[in-house]
Amino acid sequence: MHARADASQENLQEQAAQWPEEIFAILQRYDVRQVPYVPDAGHSQLIQRVLGSSNMRGIPLTTEEEGVALLAGAWAGGQRGVLLMQSSGVGNCINMLSLTQIYRFPFLTLVTMRGEWGEFNPWQVPMGSSTQGVFELSGIRVLRATEPSEVKEVMEAAASQAYNACTPTALLLSQRLIGTKVFVK
Amino acid sequence: MSKANLLDRRQVVDTLLADRKDALVVAGLGASTYDLAAAGDNARNLYLWGAMGGAVMIGLGLALAQPKLPVVVVTGDGEMLMGMGSLATVGLQKPKNLTILVLDNEAYGETGGQVSHTSTAADLVGVARSCGIPDSKAISTLGEIEAFAKVMQDVTSGPRFANVKIDGANLERVLSNRDGMFIMTRLRGALGHAPI
Repeated sequence: MHARADASQENLQEQAAQWPEEIFAILQRYDVRQVPYVPDAGHSQLIQRVLGSSNMRGIPLTTEEEGVALLAGAWAGGQRGVLLMQSSGVGNCINMLSLTQIYRFPFLTLVTMRGEWGEFNPWQVPMGSSTQGVFELSGIRVLRATEPSEVKEVMEAAASQAYNACTPTALLLSQRLIGTKVFVK
Repeated sequence: MSKANLLDRRQVVDTLLADRKDALVVAGLGASTYDLAAAGDNARNLYLWGAMGGAVMIGLGLALAQPKLPVVVVTGDGEMLMGMGSLATVGLQKPKNLTILVLDNEAYGETGGQVSHTSTAADLVGVARSCGIPDSKAISTLGEIEAFAKVMQDVTSGPRFANVKIDGANLERVLSNRDGMFIMTRLRGALGHAPI
């Protein structure tokens, strides 16, 4: 379970329901059809919406780099996609991210962050700390949302630049937004 | 290194694509891309010169986006080994129009012929079958390739997987286009998709 460190339980219920819905609505508006993912708790609500959608296909991956290649193929066939993953999966993608520059397709990934705000598990910290740098070195523009109220606006910008301008973009969804994972109650 | 009775990779790909019709073909990096180029350049070819391990996933994305067209991935054993998990991803999605053909020379031919895992340990047909692609088989004759070429046109009965043990001889490179934007834009254009 995740709990926002700075929110009451009532707010948690309300806000947890809101921003994934806003992301989903924007993906729908941009006619995103293929949604590859390696599951993360922070993406669970969005994944549920995708799997319940009649015009989107949720595609579970064995490793995140598969999703980069899948989106290249989807674009070749005329469809847009979005890759959902956790920060620990970003390192798995590095060589495959070459495709975003070589084929110049509209690449958008939504990354739930670990290893930052109040992290309990030290194993998440190294990759979480280098996630933004890895993307930037790989030619991917990075945007970040930290507050629930800004997700919609930042997602709108990310989708626009990825799909309208073919600018490969990663939207980092902060651990502060997702909530710190609770291991011990 | 040549062994008797093994198929010639160029003959295999030529035969597979001789009557390809509207098929979309993705080739893995290295010799598979040269084989596809040697079989004849085509706007519906997607060549890879890198992104090792990604060929099957590119084929899957393409197959899901174009369910009425046959999509064929031609790749080598080394490239397939690097993306072995993608067989499980295909097995889960079960795209009926996707065909995967591995040209298995049991070696990394592009880098000096170092032996690969398929030489003694890994059975890719077994892997594919175990990953949820029941129509997986080994092919050893050109006659079987001819039959497979017909079956691959059927977009209602995939996914299917075939592993072909081929002669390990390094053939002269036939270089395809390597400008990714050109290749991508050309393929999209062939499908009626305009540039952004």
